[in-house]
Amino acid sequence: MIQNYKTKQRLINLVQYAICVIFGSIIVVPVVLTALGGFKTLGQLNVDPVGWPNPFLWENYIKIFTESRFFIYFYNSMFIMVFTVILDVLVAGFAGFALSRFKLKGKEIIYNYILLGLLFPLTLAILPIYIQLRDLSLLDKYWGIILPQTAFLLPFHVMIFRGFIRQIPGELEDACLIDGHGKLGFLFKIVFPLSRPAIATVSVLAMVNSWNNYFLPLIVLNSRDKFTLPMGSMDFIGQYLADWNKILAFFTITMIPAILFYIYSQKHIISGLTAGAVKG
Amino acid sequence: MNLENRLKSVYNKKIINTSFFKGNQLPVFWLLIAPSVILITAFILYPVFNTLFYSVYKWNGFGPLVDFQGFRNFERIFSDQRFWNALKNSGIIVIFSIVFQLPIAFMLALIISRNNSKGIIVFRTIFFLPFIFSEIITGTIWTFIYHPTNGVLNYFFEVFFPNANYTGLLSSPDTVFGAILFVVFWKYFGFHLIIYVAGMQGIPKEYYEAARIDGAKAHHILRHITLPLMKPALQMSLFFSIIGSIQIFDMVWAMGQGDPVHAGETAVVYLFKFAIKQQKLGLGSAIAIIIFLICLVFNIFYQKVINEEKA
Repeated sequence: MIQNYKTKQRLINLVQYAICVIFGSIIVVPVVLTALGGFKTLGQLNVDPVGWPNPFLWENYIKIFTESRFFIYFYNSMFIMVFTVILDVLVAGFAGFALSRFKLKGKEIIYNYILLGLLFPLTLAILPIYIQLRDLSLLDKYWGIILPQTAFLLPFHVMIFRGFIRQIPGELEDACLIDGHGKLGFLFKIVFPLSRPAIATVSVLAMVNSWNNYFLPLIVLNSRDKFTLPMGSMDFIGQYLADWNKILAFFTITMIPAILFYIYSQKHIISGLTAGAVKG
Repeated sequence: MNLENRLKSVYNKKIINTSFFKGNQLPVFWLLIAPSVILITAFILYPVFNTLFYSVYKWNGFGPLVDFQGFRNFERIFSDQRFWNALKNSGIIVIFSIVFQLPIAFMLALIISRNNSKGIIVFRTIFFLPFIFSEIITGTIWTFIYHPTNGVLNYFFEVFFPNANYTGLLSSPDTVFGAILFVVFWKYFGFHLIIYVAGMQGIPKEYYEAARIDGAKAHHILRHITLPLMKPALQMSLFFSIIGSIQIFDMVWAMGQGDPVHAGETAVVYLFKFAIKQQKLGLGSAIAIIIFLICLVFNIFYQKVINEEKA
């Protein structure tokens, strides 16, 4: 009986594993083919998009660094991303702290006001935002992207921080007050250091969002010197219309930073989401 | 010295002012909350509020609002066949993601959290991977895969079905939207999976043990423990799936800009091509309001359904 149960369990595990492998390969195969495609000659790519690169060509990748505007795009994307993440983490962290650690009438109203922002997708609000940015003379400026995209990230991220900070025990706060620190001392000495998982979750979501944003820069930026990587990618496609090997190489390079951020912080994403948002 | 004694001694010595506890928290509170409120007001709520005004004028974005149109902008949009097609496509993406994407993500999340085979955790990393790629990259990779003459799919057909006449999924109006749907699934199911995995990790293990001791079968556990306790996670993923599906633009843009013959257009692509590119801001605002209202109704409806089902 037990033997029977064990084999059944093993069979179930095997089937489940197989399902994961199937879905996993649907994800991985296109990514691998993209990276390999960048090492192929155009001739080989056209007749054999699946096989191993032969000859194995570094040229496409080297050319991107030497001939294209890759570094300009990279710098622009980096600048926008770094300031978006800093602004987002600080502002959302402050609000999350205020909303979970102060006893105040009407606090819920403010929280709901912030959550209202979740209802409006950026792409739908793009027209009035364009007008607003023009009125503030933020068009074709980095901050014209940083400020609105941070605003659209805030509601969800305030939610994560609020949920997370609420779980920090009250005794810690009392002890901190006794040591002569105020609310702000508690925030910087205890809450921020303890909130590492929430900060990691929020930063990764902000990084990914900023790094990949295409629609907002498309509307805001005019000068090619300010283009971000996704816009640069479209520019690059236009330049090398049929040279798929160059395009694939370019894309592989732009994917690498995102993959690195993610691998670096992935274990925090789950714990941040668990504590912050999913518990409600 | 434990905390309580320490508290007492501090109070007795009057080292700190006790009014500190009740004290004036209000300025600090507003200082902390103000940046969020200002940013959200300035870049989301105030502009969105303005959309309402723009939508009843004919306006190219410059000068004052003078050419009042009443509801004529809305009438023009409602009588445009292309709008209805774009709206239908966006609706299909929403329904597709609720009916296929979320359940598949849930199933895979269950497998990842329950199965204790070695290495199963690697799949969590893999499934989330497409979420971190930009939609532009994703769309272009798949353009390469779908490519009619030298793509991966074409290669596959040549090797296994030499007689099939593969002409590229993105170049025919009959297949373009299906091809886009698949890529939407490819990119986003991992995000929902992560939300579910996070939700499942939040459920205490004792519940499962208790249920198993009581002789509960797997489907009982799923129905009476996992699902009810996952309600916040389910609601969140549903919310993001609806909002996200409506928003999709970059990916479609990278995969042929909604063509051929507008067959792949989504609501936002239509908004961009029809209004923004031609500087018809009044008309565009009307489109945005219609889509937003639909989105809102969808959301309220489904949140209600979920609330009633699992309450």
